[in-house]
Amino acid sequence: MEQLQQMARELLERQQVQVIIGYEAGSEANRRRAVFVRRAEDVSRLIFDDACRQNLATYLLKPEVLVLGKIGMVVRRNTLRSLMQYAVENQLADERVIAIGIGEEGGPRLLPNFAAVEEYLAQLPRGPSAAEKAELKKMEQLVMEQRWAFWREEFDRCIKCYACRAACPLCYCNRCITEVNQPQWIPVASDALGNLEWNVIRAMHLAGRCIGCGSCADACPQGIRIDLLNGLLAREAQQQFAAEPGYGQRKDYALAVFKPDDKEEFIR
Amino acid sequence: MSEFEPKIIAFVCNWCTYAGADLTGTSRIKYSSNVRIIRLPCTGRIDFMLILQAFGQGADGIIVSGCHPGDCHYTAGNYHARRRWMLFRRLMDFVGVDLRRVHFSWVSAAEGAKWAELVNQVVDEVRTLGPYKAFPQRFHENGFPVQLTVAN
Amino acid sequence: MNSTVIGRKLTKAANLPQLLKRLIGAGQQVLAPVRQGERVSFMPATDFSAVDLDYVQSVCSAKEAVFPRHEMMMKFTLTGKDVDMKPVELTAKPTVLFGVHPCDAASFTTLRALFTWDSPDEYFETKLDHLTVIGLSCAMGDSYCFCTSLGSGPGDTRGSDILLTRLGGGQILVEVLTEKGRALVASMAELFTAANGQKKDDHLAKIARRFDGEKVKAQLPERFNQVDLWREQSMRCIGCGACAYVCPTCSCFDIQDERQRNSGERLRCWDSCGFRLFTLHASGHNPRTMQSERWRQRVMHKFSYQPQRLDVWGCVGCGRCSRGCPVDMNLGEHLQQLAEL
Repeated sequence: MEQLQQMARELLERQQVQVIIGYEAGSEANRRRAVFVRRAEDVSRLIFDDACRQNLATYLLKPEVLVLGKIGMVVRRNTLRSLMQYAVENQLADERVIAIGIGEEGGPRLLPNFAAVEEYLAQLPRGPSAAEKAELKKMEQLVMEQRWAFWREEFDRCIKCYACRAACPLCYCNRCITEVNQPQWIPVASDALGNLEWNVIRAMHLAGRCIGCGSCADACPQGIRIDLLNGLLAREAQQQFAAEPGYGQRKDYALAVFKPDDKEEFIR
Repeated sequence: MSEFEPKIIAFVCNWCTYAGADLTGTSRIKYSSNVRIIRLPCTGRIDFMLILQAFGQGADGIIVSGCHPGDCHYTAGNYHARRRWMLFRRLMDFVGVDLRRVHFSWVSAAEGAKWAELVNQVVDEVRTLGPYKAFPQRFHENGFPVQLTVAN
Repeated sequence: MNSTVIGRKLTKAANLPQLLKRLIGAGQQVLAPVRQGERVSFMPATDFSAVDLDYVQSVCSAKEAVFPRHEMMMKFTLTGKDVDMKPVELTAKPTVLFGVHPCDAASFTTLRALFTWDSPDEYFETKLDHLTVIGLSCAMGDSYCFCTSLGSGPGDTRGSDILLTRLGGGQILVEVLTEKGRALVASMAELFTAANGQKKDDHLAKIARRFDGEKVKAQLPERFNQVDLWREQSMRCIGCGACAYVCPTCSCFDIQDERQRNSGERLRCWDSCGFRLFTLHASGHNPRTMQSERWRQRVMHKFSYQPQRLDVWGCVGCGRCSRGCPVDMNLGEHLQQLAEL
């Protein structure tokens, strides 16, 4: 933590960045929140531990943040992958952000550009955790009616507050599909169909792009397990198309490219 | 009451399957009239949400069909569509949508007989499954009940 | 800000299952706090065993009983150039909200003020007319609660038809506050005994007063143009609608027509001033382009405009917005900051 604060102080003092976006203590002992540190004397607010879960990359496209100047950002593995995906999708210029990589793999270390981030990520273990894999397997062992009942109950709680969309770094469209209303594409009502369609389309629009940070599910005030939908699609995109979003700058988004010999067994 | 007659919606591409279905007609091949065909320019244009939208407006079964791989009028629309379906089908299965009601196929402009056979098979299969009552509907016959989330 | 107490009774905790049963027997739909894992929600309850009265706060408020997340206003059919509009039948199930805390009960006062200030809103009023509120004083709170800063408190009677306060030892004080409440107590009189001077104050949660709401209100108009202040406060806000949707007093809605060829239905659904789309004009112009402006609107509306125009706070201090916020925008903390400036 002292190392992190020292690094942030130096970046600010040498004017290499104008703001450090990191984590500070939140409302409760187990809560953390984003903090925007602009003065070297405020770096003592920065903390880092396992409770710092929010994917801060979300802030990089916020108009208020865009005007702050060059950004230093405290990033864990998932946030780094978001930065790489931004690079792939042309949302972020190289060297716009100096990343301070930190997490279970150690750190902090300065990652000043995409090449450095890519190199750093290449050394880290990939793929979902054993727990995430097991959860998907458990769902898949249910019969169709049980899965349907499970998701009907989950989606019933949805109030369409779109916290999942707002928390996701990759849900950055200026005009979301839910706002397409001539004709209304996704039902406006937060009823059974409206909620099913919203949650399904959200997951599909992230298919092959989602880097699995879980911020969507963390953000949901109703605790809906939308991360499972993303997890399923990430696994399928990986298995069927070898998609590993957020590890490189190559523009090969799984649903924007194809192979003539993609294998399926369901088209008659 | 008469036997249940399923409503099948078919989303087809203009260049192959629609022409194929035309050939079925001009060849005077009889096939089930339960299918309503919606013609789109290309399978690449068949948004995955159309499937849920159709179920949400009363469809009991769905056929999605277009040009064989390599035959796309726009070179690669069907390849893109195939990838999309490969993921979307898994997602539908994961949330418990009844996949026995969703059928994908390649039917070329020369395959009038294949189209008739496909439709007949799907209609038969969905007829045995019965109406898709589990799927929520977009329009509300009786308004909304005044209540909060349904308790389990 | 309390209502007049028109009757005081006692009952026993052991009587509550019977009370619930009697309400259901009388044809009432009972909405009560039900726990599912860590979440408590107001749900139709048919059995007391599902009800959890030892909760600090539910995730979503009880406003859905009168202002559902989506509601049909009418159906329409187009024939040539004619439009045939069919209003929906305005009926509501007689409903009892059982065991809501005083903040939730008080929210009905705010909602009523808003929905009835000019032309009556029949969709709202029909449901409110059919609603009976059995409040439950708070025995505990948490750091997000700030009802006391807005002149209310854990034993506030406002908005309840009956307010229950647990006195310990299985005794419950019953304050009867409205004719509706009196009728309800009279309909099951054998469950209640006369009260003799029992006091509830010692049995209420201690909710610290964090700021002076009146002071915040008085100063807000001059703070409107302090752009930096609002920007700093809202820097981490991501612009979702979670705060508004879990809020018991947020009442913004969006009217939408869902059409299918020649017929369709008109719905009203919750909306939030935190959304960029909320103020987006058809021309493309947006008077509130930045999240800071939307955050300012939220605070101004609740703590300045509504008190000025309708003489009620637009907030009851329940703290749901802050508990539910994905990025820990703590409203009480921000108001405290405003008061201390």
